[in-house]
Amino acid sequence: MTGNDKASSRPTVAGSTSSAAIEVDRLVKVYKQTRAVDDISFSLPRGSITGLLGGNGAGKTTTIAMIMGLVLPTSGRVQVLGHRMPEESAAVLGRMNFESPYVDMPMRLTVRQNLTIFGKLYAVKNLSGRIAELAEDLDLTEFIDRANGKLSAGQKTRVALAKALINQPELLLLDEPTASLDPDTADWVRGHMERYRKANNATILLASHNMLEVERLCDRVIIMKRGRVEDDDTPEAIMARYNRTTLEEVFLDVARGRVNGEREAAR
Amino acid sequence: MTDISLHRGISLHRIGAMILRYWYLLMSSWPRLLELLYWPAMQIITWGFIQHYIALNANFFARAGGTLIGAVILWDILFRGQLGFSISFLEEMWARNLGNLMMSPLKPIEFLLSLMVMSLIRLAIGVIPMTLLALIFFHFNVYSLGLPLIAFFCNLIFTSWSVGIFVSGLVLRNGLGAESIVWTLMFAIMPLACIYYPVSVLPVWLQYVAWALPPTYVFEGMRALLIDNTFRIDLMLDALAINAVLLVASFWAFLALLRSAKNSGSLLSGGE
Repeated sequence: MTGNDKASSRPTVAGSTSSAAIEVDRLVKVYKQTRAVDDISFSLPRGSITGLLGGNGAGKTTTIAMIMGLVLPTSGRVQVLGHRMPEESAAVLGRMNFESPYVDMPMRLTVRQNLTIFGKLYAVKNLSGRIAELAEDLDLTEFIDRANGKLSAGQKTRVALAKALINQPELLLLDEPTASLDPDTADWVRGHMERYRKANNATILLASHNMLEVERLCDRVIIMKRGRVEDDDTPEAIMARYNRTTLEEVFLDVARGRVNGEREAAR
Repeated sequence: MTDISLHRGISLHRIGAMILRYWYLLMSSWPRLLELLYWPAMQIITWGFIQHYIALNANFFARAGGTLIGAVILWDILFRGQLGFSISFLEEMWARNLGNLMMSPLKPIEFLLSLMVMSLIRLAIGVIPMTLLALIFFHFNVYSLGLPLIAFFCNLIFTSWSVGIFVSGLVLRNGLGAESIVWTLMFAIMPLACIYYPVSVLPVWLQYVAWALPPTYVFEGMRALLIDNTFRIDLMLDALAINAVLLVASFWAFLALLRSAKNSGSLLSGGE
């Protein structure tokens, strides 16, 4: 059973349920000759944390970019927090946020200056208090008045996370949030995301290549391959279906076209 | 934590946030500040001496004192106004920060308005010292032009914004590979805007093209003021009307290019 099959039994945008944080319905993105995203549908309930898995070029980043309104779909529909994207983005962008390796914070500005600017863009009330709170939570105090360009990779990731949390978003989109981090820092970031989700009943969509991260954090996993949803279920159910004990093994099975650990005869 | 009603309509606090962002950047970098001052100062010194030499040797320029220096200052308003706009935009591309901004509640019109304000700030830093140099070393007081100077300035800055908006859209759509257009497009306008010579110098067919450009009206107006002591308000009104069309067209083009960038996915790469 593929994710597309399962998704078709879920509520779609056409028959929308406003309780969903994200509803994606028959979404397609074609770049010239390439179908980067090929007719995918899924719905994420509020307060959930979902992992979006797939190899390079599977369509994860394009999917997230379409949810954010940064890329326009060729066809299909996206609804975020009850509003159509990108048509009603003004009603949504202040309630969501994101972190991605495809963007940086301005390097010459200090951490405090960066957070001040983004706080103002998001109309955060009591901004200095919010920055102090984030500095405490994410351990930024030591370098908050240092230029962003002079920080280590781990410190930059924490700053990017602070920016992503500045407006206390209801929906958080994270694209490889722990890439290039050492295991200790990565574990610390995961712990913080988990606490944030629980404390705020936030919805998190997480694209990652780190299978342990997804196993630990996510209550649902969507696996993409060549632009399509290959599977969509809880981590446990997916591992059971592939007769595997880790998501990494499942990932390799999917990436290499194996089912239940055996190579498909056709390959 | 955030008030959603604040994200509707055009918001001064978001425009203010963007101006603050560029101000922090400018103040954190002395080479950026120096660059703002350096080129206008070099321009005025070079052209000031040329004007001085010609004035000593030619009756016409002796009569039309200040036309060269005046033209240099007004050209710099046009050129630096566009650069001030476009460089602030490019800073976002260079910093790979555009995705953060596009994903925030900042609207395209607010972004463009903040770039316009920054072009004024950058212009003030560069051109005010330039006008003081002209006064001190060459006894040309551009402020003595009086109220017409305001009309000249407004028309030139509106044109510079139109060009700035359009080239920013091109860079948005095509990535930093299109950056050179930012630096060169205004020079394509330069010979047609008749900065240092009257429109009548051009072939007749080219004069029609020249009169389609608002700066042409400004430089003709400046010469009329300095040589004939006449303020041609008709020229300024014509320029204003063309500028209104150009501003609307450039904003429309920016939105179309932004949409095209979202279609092609170039906002994700933003690179070459």
